[in-house]
Amino acid sequence: MGTDTHEHTPHIISYGKLTAVWLALLSLTCLTVLVTRIELGGYKVLGALTIACVKSGLVIAFFMHMKYEGRLLRWLLFLALFTLAVYIGLTFFDVLYR
Amino acid sequence: MSHALHKDYSGAKLGMWLFLFTELILFGGLFLLYSVYFTNFPHEFAVAGRQLNWVLGAANTMILLTSSLLAAMAVTAVQRDERSRAVWLLAGTITCAAAFMVIKYFEWSAKIRHGIYPNSPHLASAPPGEPVFFSLYYMTTGIHGLHVLIGAALLGWIAAKVRNGKVHKADYVLLENGALYWHLVDLIWIFIFPLYYLIL
Repeated sequence: MGTDTHEHTPHIISYGKLTAVWLALLSLTCLTVLVTRIELGGYKVLGALTIACVKSGLVIAFFMHMKYEGRLLRWLLFLALFTLAVYIGLTFFDVLYR
Repeated sequence: MSHALHKDYSGAKLGMWLFLFTELILFGGLFLLYSVYFTNFPHEFAVAGRQLNWVLGAANTMILLTSSLLAAMAVTAVQRDERSRAVWLLAGTITCAAAFMVIKYFEWSAKIRHGIYPNSPHLASAPPGEPVFFSLYYMTTGIHGLHVLIGAALLGWIAAKVRNGKVHKADYVLLENGALYWHLVDLIWIFIFPLYYLIL
């Protein structure tokens, strides 16, 4: 950390790589629609949410540059997601076993 | 080295991420409400959810993903000192934002025309889970839409700064943070789309 701006050379993600990520995101969107249009019962919820998680992983890692960030931001992201998971988990512990 | 203005790149970015975490918790709360009520009223949610137009939802998903791509490319462009290209890319992002809001407008007005809006007589007579679904739908997509408007305005302001050279190759954390905000808007929609339009 310094007072200067970008004294370390920043990581530049090429247009090609960004476009590849975008294509992956579009294909995953098509896959979600496909998975939920055919009757899979309860699995379609699981399938759609799993794909949504993969998509957000791609957005965070590449579009939001998290793949190239330091340990501090990664741990903070983990902490935020963990907090979210804990309160969703605890709520459902109550809702499902009441 | 002497600096006319003190800048802290890491601090600026850390601050932005901390703000994004609060946004994550905000929308996380709305998704939590959704999932609890979905567990309580699976049938009513299915009846209500099927009234949403998934084709329009899918179109908006594609539009937001594209807008995010353009925003990410704008950061790359500024890093490579291609400022006029960055301005054009940001203009593309804002155009996508406008298209998103137009589609949202048609979706909402179609629902309202059919008497589906909070506290409408139609919903008041519907089984208990349906008003809950539409309240959550309007609340979640409404707050999300507000974020789209704020994000587009923010990126417009930043594009002007890129144009007049205030944001450039050596100092672009403002653009990076604006783009981060925009990607968050995209991220939230990635979950809204399957939850409200697809799985029911």
